[in-house]
Amino acid sequence: MAFEQLSDRMQMALRRLSGKARLSEKDIEEMMREVRLSLLEADVNFRVVKTFTREVKEKALDEKILKGLNPSQQVVKIVRDELKELLGGESHTFALKQGLNKVMLAGLQGSGKTTTAGKLANYLRKHHSVNPLLVALDVHRPAAIDQLQKIGSDLSIDVFDMGTKEAPETIAEKALTHAETNAYDLLIFDTAGRLHIDATMMDEIQRVKTAIQPDETLLVLDAMTGQDAVQVAEHFNTSLDITGAIITKLDGDTRGGAALSLRRVADVPIKFMGVGEKYDAFEVFHPERMAGRILGMGDVLSLVDKVTENVDEDDMMNMMEKMMSGKFNYNDYLKQLKMLKRMGSLGGIMKLIPGVSKMMKNVNVDDRQLVFIEALIGSMTKEERKRPALLKQNASRRRRIAKGSGRSVAEVNKLIRSLEQQHETFKQMSSMDPSKIDPSNPMKSIPSQPAKKQKKGKGKRKGGFRF
Amino acid sequence: MNMGLFSKLFQSKARKEKAKKYKIGMEKTRQSVFGDLDTLLASGRRIDDDLFDDLEEAFIMADMGVDTVLSIVSHLRETVATEGIKDAAALREAIVEAMFKRYVRDEVIDTNLVIDQPLSVLLFVGVNGVGKTTTIAKVAHLLMQKGKSVMMVAGDTFRAGAINQLRIWSERVGCAFFEKPEGSDPSSVMYDAVQYAKANDIDVLLCDTAGRLQNKANLMRELEKISRVLGRAVPDAPHESLLVLDATTGQNGMNQAKIFNEVTNLSGVVLTKLDGSAKGGIALAVRETLGIPVKLVGLGETVDDLEYFDIEAYIYGLFTDLLDETD
Repeated sequence: MAFEQLSDRMQMALRRLSGKARLSEKDIEEMMREVRLSLLEADVNFRVVKTFTREVKEKALDEKILKGLNPSQQVVKIVRDELKELLGGESHTFALKQGLNKVMLAGLQGSGKTTTAGKLANYLRKHHSVNPLLVALDVHRPAAIDQLQKIGSDLSIDVFDMGTKEAPETIAEKALTHAETNAYDLLIFDTAGRLHIDATMMDEIQRVKTAIQPDETLLVLDAMTGQDAVQVAEHFNTSLDITGAIITKLDGDTRGGAALSLRRVADVPIKFMGVGEKYDAFEVFHPERMAGRILGMGDVLSLVDKVTENVDEDDMMNMMEKMMSGKFNYNDYLKQLKMLKRMGSLGGIMKLIPGVSKMMKNVNVDDRQLVFIEALIGSMTKEERKRPALLKQNASRRRRIAKGSGRSVAEVNKLIRSLEQQHETFKQMSSMDPSKIDPSNPMKSIPSQPAKKQKKGKGKRKGGFRF
Repeated sequence: MNMGLFSKLFQSKARKEKAKKYKIGMEKTRQSVFGDLDTLLASGRRIDDDLFDDLEEAFIMADMGVDTVLSIVSHLRETVATEGIKDAAALREAIVEAMFKRYVRDEVIDTNLVIDQPLSVLLFVGVNGVGKTTTIAKVAHLLMQKGKSVMMVAGDTFRAGAINQLRIWSERVGCAFFEKPEGSDPSSVMYDAVQYAKANDIDVLLCDTAGRLQNKANLMRELEKISRVLGRAVPDAPHESLLVLDATTGQNGMNQAKIFNEVTNLSGVVLTKLDGSAKGGIALAVRETLGIPVKLVGLGETVDDLEYFDIEAYIYGLFTDLLDETD
């Protein structure tokens, strides 16, 4: 999952400092090395990493902090705040004006512009009640127009195209006239993918931009891009005056670091992110929350957003209460699963829950598993569902459930363990000292797991990356 | 000065010609990072920690990955110490030699594709948007020039427009094309394509697959099934499983290679979009970690813009500024 490995490394580095009453300069140096390597492994731009670690170090070496009560916590805060800054500060709202709104998408080949065009239109229609029109300007890639037409028909959004014979700027102009006479108020222009160093193609898109005069010119960037991301963004920005970026394919296991350098180096704010193959797997980019996610604190706010969008609020409050009180049983488990199902893909949801990303690391998240779990719980008696302890104590009950659901006993055991793990997590949550809970991020105060034993043999890295 | 390997590498004229092609494709590559390296290693500069730090930066910017870079640089430090290299300009040769040796690893690397079977089956896999379909068009063109009867198989039944995209390419290069309706089970497309190919004297099948992120368990199982079905339909198929890797990909390329390799047993990498400003250094890391060689590189948008990968030409392309000077 995105950012997971990055947060693992960071956490390891941070944990080594936890518990220390005082940090020496050497402690901080040591920590910065881990932070540096983890960011580089995450494809964060080299120059950005350099500035980042220098700034964190300077702040961390501040005398006031060193004399503070819990220095490691404060360093965590510095890393998080700086990371948030690196990610672009506040999230960017996408204001639509009265009348016709024009959005142009640009980017390299294969970054996901066409899919994003559909997702963005769908998102804005849902949240801003606009009547969108997709405009097919990719006259170069074979079947690009077919692809947009198909997306349009899947989403019941109109698509304007003139085949591949006309110049894209001509098509753009015709689309504008068409939109005015047909009462569309949002135009999304899908342009051909192009290399930022291809002068001919960059000239073409400049002409297209002049014809459109877009309100927003968005760079679509693949989250898996390496160090080159900054170059790409700088070039597109110079030619087109980009107003923002959309990061795609964040549902992969990429750490997505390069995308995060955009703001710092190319001054391009990230506005949206694509998080899955489905059309509604598309969200506003929240720097604050993403910073927390990178540090492994879970993206509670994103989860809350998703939940309120798709789930009855009362249901959710009841569920939270049950969880906190430790009376969580299989009925609740099933209810929770059904909520998750309504909210979208399991993989996307799970990583938002604190602690779960770590737990789930080696587990393949498969939406079909939900069906099996439903079958398992369906084979329990009412009493068993209410009292999880019954299953724990009785092997023949477990065998019966396995038989009844057509699944294996091992799967029954896995389900039991999973419920127990949830109990554990929430026990920790409810045992927190309320005065220490940061209201903006309650998950922060969860005591962290004991640090894993540090692997030996890291010596070869000594001396590397001094900056 | 030890001119051994270095001069051997670049003496032959044929090699230089080949290198020129890469040089064109990677023009911007050199300018953006390795141009700096030229200044970096200007004659007279002292070899000190700062220089090694700068080298590390250049390699990192090429997406070679932290582990590979640290290891190359520590190797270079040793070479400098044992051979008593004092001048930065002399380091150039050591760099080229180090990269070459690490890539080749005393093995004979064959970039040729397996196309000599009664029916050769080549499977193209990768994440979304790396250029699988375009690569297939280029490979089809290449193999048809060798006199092979080629058929493309539209195995991406998922993405909107994917089948049409491949069909248009098949019309452009003039090869056979096999498709089933959008939404069909890709394994069944493969199976039927094999039956058709056997009955119609096709030599080589080029099988497209839907782009998939390697962490999507069920999509990877689907790919496993495709591979298995092909293996049952044709002995030892797929004869090539090629991972199409976008040169702009960062460190995630390693995960891609690892997981796709587990599922389809990769025989090689096709490194695409090398005509951009990205260096594709992740391919070196993939070779180093998993032993999977790069077989082909994509250097442009026409069907001719495909070359067999040549590590010498690749390194030469990266460092051509430096090497020209010593010629």
